[in-house]
Amino acid sequence: MTTYPELIKHTALNDDRYIVMTAENRAVVKELPPLLGARFIDTGITEQTMIGMAAGLALRGRVPICHALAPFLIYRAYEFVRTDVGIAHLPVKLSAWIAGFLSDGNGPTHQAIEDVALMRTIPGMTVFCPSDNADMVAMLPEIWASPHPAYVRLNVRPDAYGKHTPFKTGVAEVISEGTDVTILTYGMLLEETLKAMQILKDKGLSVGLLNMRSLKPVDEQAILKVAATSKLLVSIEDHFLTGGLYSIIAEVLLKNRTTANVLPLSLNERWFKPGLLSEVLKYEGFTGEQIAERILANLA
Amino acid sequence: MTQEKHKELKDRAFAVREHIIRMSTDGGCFTGASLSCADLIVYLYSGFLNVSKDNLQDPQRDFLLLSKGHDVPALYGTFAELGWIEKDRLKNHLKSNDSIYWHPNRNIPGIEFHSGSLGHLPAVGLGIAMDNRLRGYNNRVVVITGDGELDEGSVWETLHVASAYKMNNLTIVVDRNHFQANMKTEDLIPLEPLADKFEAFGCAVKRIDGHDFEALEETFSQLPFHKEKPSVIIADTVRGKGLPSIEARADRWFCNFNAAEVESLMKELHGAAETTLTSETLTVR
Repeated sequence: MTTYPELIKHTALNDDRYIVMTAENRAVVKELPPLLGARFIDTGITEQTMIGMAAGLALRGRVPICHALAPFLIYRAYEFVRTDVGIAHLPVKLSAWIAGFLSDGNGPTHQAIEDVALMRTIPGMTVFCPSDNADMVAMLPEIWASPHPAYVRLNVRPDAYGKHTPFKTGVAEVISEGTDVTILTYGMLLEETLKAMQILKDKGLSVGLLNMRSLKPVDEQAILKVAATSKLLVSIEDHFLTGGLYSIIAEVLLKNRTTANVLPLSLNERWFKPGLLSEVLKYEGFTGEQIAERILANLA
Repeated sequence: MTQEKHKELKDRAFAVREHIIRMSTDGGCFTGASLSCADLIVYLYSGFLNVSKDNLQDPQRDFLLLSKGHDVPALYGTFAELGWIEKDRLKNHLKSNDSIYWHPNRNIPGIEFHSGSLGHLPAVGLGIAMDNRLRGYNNRVVVITGDGELDEGSVWETLHVASAYKMNNLTIVVDRNHFQANMKTEDLIPLEPLADKFEAFGCAVKRIDGHDFEALEETFSQLPFHKEKPSVIIADTVRGKGLPSIEARADRWFCNFNAAEVESLMKELHGAAETTLTSETLTVR
């Protein structure tokens, strides 16, 4: 299985507990209606009903995988996610389309850049952000098989890395280890971060890089280790400064009575300028070159 | 309906009202809303629904979901009268040693799903009904909503979907007590013509007196009303039913009576004169 459609088809066809649901977002599930029959449920543009219905199905032993654009899936239906899925701790799986910068030209109505913050406040909810298609396909079988509710930023972009290690919930992927600076990132920004790492390495710096694919549970030991061994930590995320990876790092450090120099590259108190993804990255300062420059400026 | 059955229902509903009054002190509860649906809940659990304390794990049992969760004292009272929970346990209302509080939760046997936030359980019930259909079961899912609850758009969103999927195994029962929290529905967000609205959303609708056991029996026994539509029963009820001193009063939704008032209301329920209420009128919303 190398794509989301293949994986979900294989998963649902082999286990009739799985119900594929969508609030009329069929981008990655369009082949499924004839294959799954009544186990494919399109509720129309009704995120609240979809999530409430998913809770009812999960209560009866099903594992619903729910699809919608990220902001509508979890903002429009937030209280249903929290109240019906969260309080009952049901294994409803949320597959969020175009989270973060992936909403490119849609504008702020479609920008899910507070999704990690909101989802991780729900007791028992797990949160995952794969860095590319290969990462996602490696992660989803374990996420879908788990008894916990899960939020996943879908990411079907081409493989940015090429050597992803096997996935384990709560474990960061160590891409590089370094003593001058260690970058922690997740999701589609891994691609630009890899370029930034190479630029910094070419300048003679010792650079570490962690793919924080599992944000909740998070790999506390990995964060503590790089905080102890790197002079600077950099968090990079297409998310508001509040409540995302930067906040997670701060919480982990404080909980363990330690501190570190941390440079956050996030969106601070504003939505990003909409446009083609390449334009967004340039405007907001998240291309590989810009990331490297921002880190070098901090080191200077 | 036989006379014996009618008497059984009446006696049980009377006892449930006693429980509701007893829970309306030491912190209080949503007395008015609980009394309005007591007859409905007693009727449904006294033989109509295939659910009992012995088959709560049976996937083919019928399901009742209380979407207007604040009327849960009526449900607890019914469970106590049916022997699902100990009657003494109701004394734990609002105590931290138990899970009996203002809204339902699954720690109490017989509660199928928690509620309290309005407009949720039609969707959850739709999910359960869909699972029943997928398994080929013909059991029923009944969701009791309030009438004020119908202000929530999610109720209508779910009816749209249930209707599209022709969910004839889903029944919505509206406890039409004509009040929302602090006001008459028709004085705030008018609901009428309510039956027409449900019909326009693709449901088959019947409207009855929600305190008339004969009418309940006659109507529920006709379910489903249409083989390709969700059914809706609008049960006209009276907020505070059984206690003339609080009946149909906007200011007696949530009540926290003092001990003397509770005793007086118990006598009132048994046919004595109306109670002179001195406790504070509470507005919780």
